[in-house]
Formats: sequence, structure tokens, C-alpha cells
Amino acid sequence: MKDVRILEIRQSVFADNDRQAEALRAELREKGVFLLNLMSSPGAGKTTTLMRTIEALGEAFRIGVMEADIDSDVDARTIAQSGAKVIQLHTGGMCHLDAAMTRQGLEGLETGDVELAILENVGNLVCPAEFDTGASRNAMILSVPEGDDKPLKYPLMFSVCDVVLINKIDVLPYFDFDLEKCREYIRMRNPDARVIPICAKTGEGIDAWADWLRAEIRSWRGSMQ
Amino acid sequence: MHELGVVFHIMDSLEKVAEENEVTGISKVVLELGEVSTVIEDYLQNCWKWAARKRALFAEAELVVEKLPAVTWCDDCEKTYPTVAHGKICPYCGSPHTWLLQGNEFNIKEIEVY
Ligand SMILES: Nc1nc2c(ncn2[C@@H]2O[C@H](COP(=O)(O)OP(=O)(O)OP(=O)(O)O)[C@@H](O)[C@H]2O)c(=O)[nH]1
Ligand SMILES: [Mg+2]
Ligand SMILES: [Zn+2]
Repeated sequence: MKDVRILEIRQSVFADNDRQAEALRAELREKGVFLLNLMSSPGAGKTTTLMRTIEALGEAFRIGVMEADIDSDVDARTIAQSGAKVIQLHTGGMCHLDAAMTRQGLEGLETGDVELAILENVGNLVCPAEFDTGASRNAMILSVPEGDDKPLKYPLMFSVCDVVLINKIDVLPYFDFDLEKCREYIRMRNPDARVIPICAKTGEGIDAWADWLRAEIRSWRGSMQ
Repeated sequence: MHELGVVFHIMDSLEKVAEENEVTGISKVVLELGEVSTVIEDYLQNCWKWAARKRALFAEAELVVEKLPAVTWCDDCEKTYPTVAHGKICPYCGSPHTWLLQGNEFNIKEIEVY
């Protein structure tokens, strides 16, 4: 007969990842690498927005991009055309990146000279919100065709974000997306989140986004001492 | 998909626990799952069975999931109500200014080891 005993664990399933994320965040701080975690549903416009972001900030910062994808390198090839450093991470079927995978990605990127690392997370509004990657800031993109009620349906995603980009505003006339209602729903979930409407396709609103990001990087650097 | 990732995370954490406690095998893992957590129990059980076959420590480990009820708080009338029955809108005053108090937990409660 086996000698059975009970071990009390009493910890969140995410506790282990949370610890690794905190450690990574602290290390990146030491190295002076600002990590932005970019999340959204599939097709909301992460890669297009990234291209615009590199255009706007590529002169000011050395940028490195990590493209997380379940199994392709389409996005990484797109980003490579911008001239930015880019690495493809295959998640092997996983629907999110955790802190350990992010760390591996950063090592692959050879962050020695990178000042702004951007992670394009897997397209998904549920899982990435549960797993802290160790990022300095979290951003998400909500695109107009998805509907203005998403903050109600995916509260966790909106509550972990520092900024919400509302993309594809060029198609607002064709959808019953109410921008003010959407702002209100986001505020209910996260009063501190900045909301910036953009059109990644034409570049509208990208200035405001780039200004926000630049200011965040500055204040992050300023709080280092 | 989410469930499989989560199962790997649980197993990784428990492998560390097993090492620290000189455990040779795990016969039962008890989780606490909030009623409105993003994890679906049936999927979780299936993923568990699949992953357990590949990791010696878990070969005989049964997964037990205890459900925790979801409760929402209304900011306007300051009452609580069961989330699943009423969703986001307060059944007492009709307000949408409501917050989940509990129900999205996902904890490893305890394990039975030998
Ligand atoms: N109309 C319109 N289309 C856009 C806009 N931004 C992106 N798109 C289009 O939306 C589609 C998806 O854009 P991506 O940038 O690839 O989206 P993504 O989030 O990176 O997609 P995944 O990586 O597959 O999840 C492409 O066809 C883009 O051209 C926009 O502002 N307006
Ligand atoms: Mg993409
Ligand atoms: Zn009420």
C-alpha cells in the first residue's frame, strides 16, 4: 500500500508565470530595454500598426520585434521589410506567450542594442491577458468590425492594458460601432487606460499613438534612477 | 488551446513542488475553478489526460475540479448578486456599473502524493 499524503498548494495557476514575469521585467529595466506587449484578436491590425510604429519611431529608438505565431512567418517577413530587427517565435500550438517564452525570444533577438522591443502576441483576446509576459507596458488593438461591446465581453484583456488602440476607424461609417459608448465600456473596466482611435491603413492617429509611446518610454526611463 | 497551455503550466509548477518535497508520484490534483473563469472544465480534463500520459509524475494522477461560484458587486446599489444568472446588469437596480467580486479564480488547491 502506497503511503499517501496531501500537500497543500493554494496558489494561483498563474503564480509561477507571474514570478517569472516580474523577474524578467526587473532584468529588462536593468538593461534599459522597454518591452511593449501588443495584443488583439486575429486580424485587428497588429502587424499593420507595427509597421506604422516603426516608421514613426524607428529614428528615435533602435527597435526589435518579436512575432509570435502559432505556425507561420508571414508577419515576420512583413516586418523585416521595414528594416527593423525581427524574430519569429513559434508557439507550438499555444494560444499565448508566457514569460519564459518571451525571455527566449528576447535572447534570440540579441537585445544588446535594442531600446524598444515589441512583442506581437498571438491573436486572441482571452489567453494572452492571463499570462503576464514581463512587458513594461501592455497595449491592445480593438478594430471597428469587432464591435464596441468587446470590453464587456473580454473584461480581463481590457483591464490589463495601459492603452487601447481603436483601429480601422476608416470603416466607421459602415458599422454600428459607437466610439463614445466603447470609450465608456473601456472606462468601466479600466479607468486608467488611454484610448486612441487610429487607422493603421492611412496612418491617421498614429502620431498620437507614437507620442503616447514615446512619453511612456521617457517616464519609464525617468523612474529608473 | 488555452486549456492545454494551462495544463502544461500546472504540471511545470507541480514538478517543482514534487522535487522540493521528494515526491515520487502524484495520485490526485485538486484545482479550484471560478464559475466564470476562461477555462472550460471538459477541455481541461481532456488536455489533462493527454498530457498526463507523457509525464511520468502524472501518469496516475486524477484531476479533480472544484467549482467556485461567481458573485458580482453593484457600485450603484451596493448589493451583490449571482453573476451567471444575471450577467453584467444588476437585477436590483438595472445598473451596468458592476464588478466581479469572485468567480474567475483558477487555483491549485492541493495534491495527493506518494
Ligand atoms: N480598412 C482597414 N483595414 C486595415 C486597417 N489596419 C489593418 N487593416 C487590414 O486588416 C487586415 C489584418 O491586418 P494585420 O495587420 O495583418 O492584422 P494582425 O492583427 O497582425 O493579424 P494576425 O497577425 O493575423 O492576428 C489586413 O488586410 C490589413 O490591411 C485599417 O486601419 N483599416
Ligand atoms: Mg499579424
Ligand atoms: Zn444595483
